[in-house]
Amino acid sequence: MAENRLAIAMSPHVHSNESVKKIMYSVVIALLPAFCVSVYFFGLNAIRVTLISIVACMAVEWLIQKFLLKGKTTIFDGSAIVTGMLLAFNVPANLDWWIIVIGAIVAIGIAKMTFGGLGNNPFNPAIVGRVFLLISFPSQMTTWPTPQPIWDIKALDAVTGPTPLGLLNEGQMVDYNYMDMFIGNMGGSLGEMSAIALLIGGIFLLIRKVITWHIPVAVLGTMAAFSAILWGVDPTKYADPLFHILAGGALLGAIYMATDMVTSPMTGKGMLVYGVGIGIITILIRTWGSYPEGMSFAILIMNALVPLINNWCKPKRFGEVVKPPKEEVKK
Amino acid sequence: MKEETTMNNWKNFTKGFIKENPVLVMLLGCCPTLGTTTSAINGLSMGLATTFVLVCSNIVISLIKNLIPDKVRIPSYIVVIASFVTVIDLLMQAYLPGIYETLGLFIPLIVVNCIVLGRAEAFASKNGVWASCVDGLGMGLGYALALMILGAVREVLGSLSIFGWQFIQADGILVFVLAPGAFFGLAYFIAVVRRFNK
Repeated sequence: MAENRLAIAMSPHVHSNESVKKIMYSVVIALLPAFCVSVYFFGLNAIRVTLISIVACMAVEWLIQKFLLKGKTTIFDGSAIVTGMLLAFNVPANLDWWIIVIGAIVAIGIAKMTFGGLGNNPFNPAIVGRVFLLISFPSQMTTWPTPQPIWDIKALDAVTGPTPLGLLNEGQMVDYNYMDMFIGNMGGSLGEMSAIALLIGGIFLLIRKVITWHIPVAVLGTMAAFSAILWGVDPTKYADPLFHILAGGALLGAIYMATDMVTSPMTGKGMLVYGVGIGIITILIRTWGSYPEGMSFAILIMNALVPLINNWCKPKRFGEVVKPPKEEVKK
Repeated sequence: MKEETTMNNWKNFTKGFIKENPVLVMLLGCCPTLGTTTSAINGLSMGLATTFVLVCSNIVISLIKNLIPDKVRIPSYIVVIASFVTVIDLLMQAYLPGIYETLGLFIPLIVVNCIVLGRAEAFASKNGVWASCVDGLGMGLGYALALMILGAVREVLGSLSIFGWQFIQADGILVFVLAPGAFFGLAYFIAVVRRFNK
């Protein structure tokens, strides 16, 4: 009898070669340029904060898997490493180690494992961790060290300075050199300053097809359009669009955090709606809110709306009638 | 027969603590739970005020249950409950002005607390005076206990103190004193209780 070569299985029949591991390690690679820039500007402190954050995230996930859920170890799928890196990128480089550990416990323990681990969390874990820290430790989380090149001896003294958005929030019109902002020579969280490094990583992710263009373009486009309108109304009071995109966590959030596969909508149309929402809320908070930066809050708010967006923007099914035939009007 | 009633009374009393705890199992009265548990002492006093109202209204309602026409029973219960809330409101204003200031609006809001009306409707209108009194006491103390524990956890994490005694001179995790901390605390508290209630 001939060998039965007809394999019968449920769809999908064609598998891409992707796995959680591959995607997560791609994100890690994409974050490396920004990490190098922060090491250049903040020195050993950047390495310290990032390592503590990654190790704490992995340890928390391991402990919960081992002792609470009693499931198999998942820490090497890379998602805890990505969460740890993103959390570190979102805090000042001179943060105390125990605050980072609390952030890691909140990010992994509350935002991720409580909901059942990777794939089930409605909110981006790293942003939940950051927002928790920002509300809990307002003074430590908003004391930003001034970036200084690594060979600068004065770097040993901890000099702190304002961020562009912080100054804007206090009502001062800032005259920043856009080249400095583009390279990353401004006050801010560990990994959010360097636009060029973040863009390089973002292009890498686009080529690797880890992210699609929809969310970053929608977020940044909306921010630019909205701030351009405000700037057009009164240029002395509101900052220009380029400033808004280069300052704060706009690029980090738009490219790396809003695009998190688990917490963003599934269809392209949904992603556009989601991105526009993030852009609008960010500028609203930056302009009229009490916090200088609104990116993380905006992403969290839109994360909460993702199930609704998914419901609105369902993909068309094959074989579905595009326009239902007109029902006969009943008398 | 007598032994059986004692057993029943004991059951009516203890069920409010864990098995049918009003806030942790039945999820009633969540608004004051989230709003007043910023510290252990606030949670405890809110719980005790509710207990007072619960016991008194349960007694009165089980006494007059046969006089009330079925159609207007809810308004009648509310009138009884509101009277006792006014009593505790004035008493606290007179003798515990500090706590009255902190709890503020939440004391008058006991009138619309689901636990009080729920016990009147589900228990006091069907049972005798003594059983209703015991039920109200058990439910009230269970509520007070839950509020006190939640308040203590939030106080320890949020301001590094317990019952007003500061054990470390530093700032705590501020978010636990604010509203999000109440939701986090209550959610994990319920999860733990459900795990052990199985």
